[in-house]
Amino acid sequence: MSTVTHTPTAARSGAVKRFFTAREIPVASALVLLIAVTFILNPRFLSPQSTKDLMLNATIMVILAVGQSIVIITRNVDLSVGAILGLTAFGTGTVFDIFPDIPLVLVFVIGMTFGGLLGAINGLLVTSAKVPALVITLGTMYIFRGVLSSWAGSKQFFSGDNPKEFGNLSVDTFFGIPIITIIAVVITVAVAVFMSSVRSGRDLYAIGSDPDAARLFGIPVGGRVLSAFIATGALTGLAGVLYTSRYNSVGALTGSGLELDVVAAVVVGGVAIFGGSGTVAGAAIGAVLLSTITGALTATRVDKFWQQAIVGVLILSAIIIDRVVSLRRTRKLRVSEAKDV
Amino acid sequence: MATATRSQWIRRISGHDAVIFYILISVIVISMVSVNYFASTLTVGFLLIQVVPVLLIAMPMALVIISGEIDLSVASTAGLTSAVMGVLWRDSGLDIGTVMALSLLIGVLCGAFNGFLITTLGLPSLAVTIGTLALYRGLALVVIGDQKVASFPKELTSFVLSKIGNTGIPVIMIFVLVVIAFFAVLLHFTPFGRGLYALGYSPQAATFVGVRVGHAKFWLFVATGVVSSMVGVFLTLRLASAGPDNGTGLELTVIAAVLLGGVSIFGGKGNILGVVGGVLLIGTLTYALRLAKVPETALIIVTGGLLVLSVVAPSLIAWGRERIRLRRVHQNFQRQGASGANSA
Repeated sequence: MSTVTHTPTAARSGAVKRFFTAREIPVASALVLLIAVTFILNPRFLSPQSTKDLMLNATIMVILAVGQSIVIITRNVDLSVGAILGLTAFGTGTVFDIFPDIPLVLVFVIGMTFGGLLGAINGLLVTSAKVPALVITLGTMYIFRGVLSSWAGSKQFFSGDNPKEFGNLSVDTFFGIPIITIIAVVITVAVAVFMSSVRSGRDLYAIGSDPDAARLFGIPVGGRVLSAFIATGALTGLAGVLYTSRYNSVGALTGSGLELDVVAAVVVGGVAIFGGSGTVAGAAIGAVLLSTITGALTATRVDKFWQQAIVGVLILSAIIIDRVVSLRRTRKLRVSEAKDV
Repeated sequence: MATATRSQWIRRISGHDAVIFYILISVIVISMVSVNYFASTLTVGFLLIQVVPVLLIAMPMALVIISGEIDLSVASTAGLTSAVMGVLWRDSGLDIGTVMALSLLIGVLCGAFNGFLITTLGLPSLAVTIGTLALYRGLALVVIGDQKVASFPKELTSFVLSKIGNTGIPVIMIFVLVVIAFFAVLLHFTPFGRGLYALGYSPQAATFVGVRVGHAKFWLFVATGVVSSMVGVFLTLRLASAGPDNGTGLELTVIAAVLLGGVSIFGGKGNILGVVGGVLLIGTLTYALRLAKVPETALIIVTGGLLVLSVVAPSLIAWGRERIRLRRVHQNFQRQGASGANSA
């Protein structure tokens, strides 16, 4: 047993080492580098107004990425999030249309419940049919999107239709940080703590690494996966409500094509696509990185057409880095285990 | 012996592909009776030209999924091909044949890049192709910007839409049939194709029995790239316009059709006939509903519903069968227990 003889210095260097080998480090340094370089090239990139815009643009994506990372960690995926976001965003507009004086808190509760229900449909189908989530949520993506289109038709809700204080959530700031961004940060921290230190959160990692082993170990796999989908749905619902507050209009096309962007953000954030590793914080940073690129390219006057290609390169480098790191780690583990014997 | 072939026949006429074709035929018959203008040669033409892109990409995609991988970058490859074709035609002064040949080379490169990352570096294809989905579409934007090129030779753009005599069948279907036949033969009648099933069941086992796993996967991704490029060229000529957004969103439609056609997302299961049935079913249903003035919105619900149903139904049936079997075993056991007690 090598763990017994830890001296204090070894422990400290272990902590430092753990910090630098954390999965979030590559993506976090990429973000810092991006902001630094852009700032040097164009100092106005970090002016108060532009910083606020950057944060506002990242908010919705961060919540979506945090939600998506929960299901991806359990070795599932939810492709229906774009449609769920569209449904809850349009639902929020409808709620305000019918009850203009409804308390804001209730709107959030309704949105998250609605999203949670849609997530539950995904979760029930995935757990009961024992078919990969990719297929099921590809199907429900079409179904939800179709339901939204027939519900919304050509109708749109504009920000003017909503109560002013609701729209103000994306205008007002608290120490320079928009209210909805604060909501996103609080959510990220809460989910991150849950995933890293609550038992049922840890169970999700176990399920993602090896579902059969998790089942043998006595973890209620079906129930946990179902809850993961409900959580993802609820968070997506929250993102939908915030979307309505942030953007000018919501309609039948709201959130279309968003699903692959969200998965991309999660993957860039170092969450392994086949589950079992990665963190919520990493996914959130990944989302910030991807949404900051647009602003950075505009600020440095790089041709806007390069943006998507750069996103593609980022995703690929994230996967490659992840692969290299995990290969090195297994090699080290093998060596240290050999020494242990 | 006779019973074996009989049970084979029963399996064949009650299997997944057969069910897909029954549904397809019922959809066609019902539409012919109840939907105005459906029963005409115009229908055949419009319907077939509509499904060409999905049908083409579904072929290599089926092979990729059977071997346990996936390719989400197909639509972006088509878009990049279209963009390159547009720019080459506008700026290079080459004749259209050379331009089309060079455009197909784009597909080879895109597929080879996917294949390299997946086989040589051992990265998961789902993640890699999400990356190249963004990358290739991004490169299409870099190549052509937000411009369109529309000055393609008239003869060529009208050739793509031309029909075989009075049948209403587009001439291009001959080419599509050749592609389908190629992949059907490759999958079902060559050692390479049968190796793909082994690969989908278990890559390790496939390696042990002598399948060159990396080699096979690499060429599958190249094939997917080439066919996606063909679709890019086809879309450019059909729309008579090259742009960065040609084929957007096609990847999920193709995968939905392939899975509906009975290919298992786990790999190791599926066949070309089923996939053709799946593509035609989605295409026909969409076309018939559109002709019956069902709103566009209901169409995607039907597509999604079919997809979910097609994967959930087998599990439900298997669950029901298992229940019945268990009950029978239970009864047999009790009966045996009772008779055992008597004889003793």
